[in-house]
Amino acid sequence: MDTLRVLVVDDEAGIRMAVERALRTFTVRLPDVGREFGLAFEQAASGEEALEAIRTSAPDILLLDYKMPGISGLDLMDRLHADGVEILTIVITAYASLETAVAATKRGGFDFLAKPFSPDELKSVLFKAAKHLVVQREARRLAEERKRVRFELLSVVAHEMKAPTAAIENYLRMMQDRVLGEELSAYDHPIQRAIVRLEGMRKLVSDLLDLTRIESGRKTRTVVGLDVREVAAGCVENARELGMDRGITIDLAPGEAAPMQADRGEIELILNNLLSNAVKYNRDHGRVDVGVARRDGAVVLTIADTGIGMTAEECGRLFGEFVRIKNDKTRMIEGSGLGLSIVQRLAHLYGGEATVASTPDVGTTFTVTLPGAA
Amino acid sequence: MPAKTILLVDDDPDFLEQTAIRLKADGFEVVTAEGQARGEALLAAGTAFDLAILDLMMENPDSGFVLGHRVRRARPGTPVLLVTGVTGETGLEFDAATTEERRWVPADAVLPKPVRYEQLKSEVDRLLAR
Repeated sequence: MDTLRVLVVDDEAGIRMAVERALRTFTVRLPDVGREFGLAFEQAASGEEALEAIRTSAPDILLLDYKMPGISGLDLMDRLHADGVEILTIVITAYASLETAVAATKRGGFDFLAKPFSPDELKSVLFKAAKHLVVQREARRLAEERKRVRFELLSVVAHEMKAPTAAIENYLRMMQDRVLGEELSAYDHPIQRAIVRLEGMRKLVSDLLDLTRIESGRKTRTVVGLDVREVAAGCVENARELGMDRGITIDLAPGEAAPMQADRGEIELILNNLLSNAVKYNRDHGRVDVGVARRDGAVVLTIADTGIGMTAEECGRLFGEFVRIKNDKTRMIEGSGLGLSIVQRLAHLYGGEATVASTPDVGTTFTVTLPGAA
Repeated sequence: MPAKTILLVDDDPDFLEQTAIRLKADGFEVVTAEGQARGEALLAAGTAFDLAILDLMMENPDSGFVLGHRVRRARPGTPVLLVTGVTGETGLEFDAATTEERRWVPADAVLPKPVRYEQLKSEVDRLLAR
């Protein structure tokens, strides 16, 4: 059980004691959010004492008498507001007039308690206050979390762009300074590398756009009845060209139609990402075997390659954003590190899952299960 | 005067290629290693060099640091130039401007990436002239 700290500010000792007595064993239960709070009390007999107490112990809730000699309740609220101190304040008043209500609300008061009050009234006000506080803090935490995630993504993207930009710039400067002489052919390799890095950046940009569209949910999905086998056949046909110059063959195993309700673009995005990986991380003259099957009311896609494979540890972190498996075998392969996280998000859109099984130097098989086969 | 040899270690093959070509064009001998492990192998094999240029973040975020310390131990007095693209992103900011900093940063100079070749070259000249 958590504790909410309440500061009771009243020049009448009787009121302070009464409040504490009434609430000592009170617990605030918020089953909606699964939280429970006990209350801890602190007392102040004047505005001056209250300021000191707030400074030193930062209570969660303030029960504040409106009329006090010296610094009045309203003055105190003004001071706190000016100092930027946020504290949920319940104003206790013997003069519950519209005027006091307006004055206190203007200063950010949360609620009123008119003297004399019953223990039940007190409890009900405290309950409302605690609930408000918890909801507010949760909302703030979520907003912070969102801000943090966005900031992290931005700085990772910036970092991912920095290395290729610098590489391309330096290759161009080499040419500008004629470091390798006047013959253009001397620069074939630098030019080739600059193109590879540019392609990597272009892929990163388009992957980021894909990811943003999926995340925002704003992309207009066109879910229609389609045959996943037929979609796969088209993707395999297009991918063959990717593997051609390295002698990699890509085949779709024959089988029955796999009808389901889906967005064609999304299914193609899944297949194209996995096919492009299967070619990139394959060995020369390797194979890619694609399967489309129906199993337990789901359409199951399998893309198996005969490539470099991965260890179990590498498989474990594969679907994270910007994860690229770095080793000797992958060092010259460009990638944004976003393709598989796109695949996984799309699979989740269909209530499905993408999984991987791999053996180093033997190959990798990705399986995507899409529930909802027609 | 015989050409000075520079050990260049980075996991970005493009940075290695570009920097090596330009240093060679300026009359240096260059030994390159892609990553901390290969750099250490060269060190263990007794490869001779007059200055080391190390990237901070290679296999591990602290690869350049570790390698820098190994170079210091194996070749005391050989200048080390650390290049790094991570200071801003990680909040891990450091320099080798004061004696105090040079005690824990195993480098005689730190250059932020992306680094212009002219800048790199002038640091190399400065460190070799000492």
